[in-house]
Amino acid sequence: MVNRKVKESLQVKLEKNIFGMYLFMALSVSLAGIVEIVPLFTNPEVVKDEVIAADGSIKSLLWLRSKGQSLSDWKPGDGVRPLTALELAGRDIYQREGCYLCHSQMIRPFRDEKERYGHFSLAVESIYDHPFQWGSKRTGPDLARLGGKYSDEWHILHLRHPQAVVPESVMPKYRFLENALVDGDVIATHMTGLSKVGVPYTKEDIVQAPSFVKGKNEMDAMVSYLQSLGNMIKFEDGVTYRE
Amino acid sequence: MNLTEKYDLGVVKWFAIMATIYLVIGTLLGVYIASELAFPFLNDLGTDLPYFQFGRLRPLHTNSVIFGFAGSALMASAFYIVQRTNQTRLWSNKMAWFTFWSWNTVIVLAVITLPLGLTQSREYAELEWPIDILITLAWVSYLYNFIMTIHIRDRNKVPHVYVANWFFMGMMVMVTYLHVINNLSIPVSAFKSYSIFSGVQDAMIQWWWGHNAVGFFLTAGFLGIMYYFVPKQAQRPIYSYRLSVIHFWALMFGYVWLGAHHLQYTALPDWAGSLGATISLAMIIPSWGGALNGILTLSGAWDRLREDYILRFLIMSLAFYAMSTFEGPVMAAKTVNALSHYTDWTIGHVHSGALGWNIMVAAGAIYHMIEKIYNVTMSQKLLGIHFWIHTIGTVVYIVAMWVSGIMQGLMWRAYDEYGTLAYTFAESVSAMHPYYVMRATGGTLVLLGAIIMLINVLMTIRKSGYGQTANV
Repeated sequence: MVNRKVKESLQVKLEKNIFGMYLFMALSVSLAGIVEIVPLFTNPEVVKDEVIAADGSIKSLLWLRSKGQSLSDWKPGDGVRPLTALELAGRDIYQREGCYLCHSQMIRPFRDEKERYGHFSLAVESIYDHPFQWGSKRTGPDLARLGGKYSDEWHILHLRHPQAVVPESVMPKYRFLENALVDGDVIATHMTGLSKVGVPYTKEDIVQAPSFVKGKNEMDAMVSYLQSLGNMIKFEDGVTYRE
Repeated sequence: MNLTEKYDLGVVKWFAIMATIYLVIGTLLGVYIASELAFPFLNDLGTDLPYFQFGRLRPLHTNSVIFGFAGSALMASAFYIVQRTNQTRLWSNKMAWFTFWSWNTVIVLAVITLPLGLTQSREYAELEWPIDILITLAWVSYLYNFIMTIHIRDRNKVPHVYVANWFFMGMMVMVTYLHVINNLSIPVSAFKSYSIFSGVQDAMIQWWWGHNAVGFFLTAGFLGIMYYFVPKQAQRPIYSYRLSVIHFWALMFGYVWLGAHHLQYTALPDWAGSLGATISLAMIIPSWGGALNGILTLSGAWDRLREDYILRFLIMSLAFYAMSTFEGPVMAAKTVNALSHYTDWTIGHVHSGALGWNIMVAAGAIYHMIEKIYNVTMSQKLLGIHFWIHTIGTVVYIVAMWVSGIMQGLMWRAYDEYGTLAYTFAESVSAMHPYYVMRATGGTLVLLGAIIMLINVLMTIRKSGYGQTANV
């Protein structure tokens, strides 16, 4: 212990005044958040949604939807768009089953990851992902560019019995997805919720949701979500997507 | 006057007992999901039922060990330490019981909702919004009661607030921030919500939570445990007061930056990841400051380790803490992270902290509190068996994950002589099998240790005649 009785240091004062100490703690733990997190919301460069194309024109990475267009008017490569009702139902299942615990959706800019999975992921690609599904562990492979790699039939066989397709796999079987139908009204509610936090669903998207998913089961939804992953942007050579 | 008359210890006892029970449940779940990775048929218990699959049980494992076990251990020891070091009863015993019941309700709800697939899919914050609100209430009641108990101390008897209390308070303040901000979401039904954040910002906030759940819940809070029980059990004053001041404030200020090191090379801006990595490197100083302060408290009393198993738990925990806080900054360094990220090495790192540091220091604290509260000595034989079985289990676990993690990282990036990728992903999965078996074995030893601990605690309480005659 410090026994010299000169002037009471700030530390000693705080040790005697618990509320003062509380205040200092609250301040010191806040600093990092202010410096490290706040700029992610204020700096538009963090989620870059435009690039300069090879011909010098500015190209949006987001799908610029014209008035009256529905989600089914979107073509692969048109840019990042909100998920369709069926894809969203699949994403809900992806969350529910904890897929993110074993599969990442974030390709890093390394040669081996490019060759194994595809082009590195951009921030704008998960702009509508509430919450993000980047994952932290690859017990199974990355899924960020899974869309279009395999046929729907392959996915169904694989989800039913992964080891039948990939003998080394340790993935659980998801046959039970075929036993449950997607509830269109629930999905419409979910789309309404997402539109409140900034996902640009139109009224029509939400109204049409129940008819869009009618008769579809959870397996269809899951496959539809997996096929949507990573092919929204068409990557071109000679374009800088990230500094 | 005896201890149970002088202080409010009922709630401490029950939190300590519940912590031990949750430890058994949490490690059992851990062993089960570890075995699923080694033997995937275990996912199919009851054909076509999803409830026992890895994706559903893994969140339950993490929640039951973090909130169930670690949370209860923190609450037991905080309520014990705040009374002993401030020489006063709790500000409100009733409020402490509210904390107890609400906290345990949270754990019961986790056990029900997580296997049902009701999840926010945010790691270590899977619980859905109604449960999050209950957690907030439980946590704020814990914080408020703790601070008020310090506030009502007799300032003539106890002018300075003891260092263990600072650590607990720091944890309480930060975890309130983290929990509330990370769980901001828009409910769409009773048990489904979507985060209000998306993509890159959501990732940063989640890992700000994720790493600080470790940094504050499992580090600052547990250092609070260390700062009381190590000197008590060693019967020595803490090695250096000055060191504790320095490393306390360094930890409060520094730890918060580290979350970004989980997102290096991702779509998060490079500056943020690098900043997180740089400060991670610097954090080795306060971390080792704490570990040394604890270990050196034994200076001149090392001989006690020979017969005192509780002290052994406490000191061994600090050795693992020092090892793990050295490993952390290494893994945060960019070049190492490029290899280690997404692999089992991360899992190994977490468990060197969780099994080596958290369980060991909490076991030491719980054993100490039970002996004091019930005024008995525990079965030394069972303590000894627990100590060794747990230490061996932890080492087996960590080694398995080191090997498998580094191997995964190397296999994924390996090229053959033709310049193409040398291994398919599936090949890397099958190469992990022996290590997954080894990990499950290490985990089983830890589970056995936890069961021995529960038996020892319950038998000791029985033997004592339920603590009616405890003395200081």
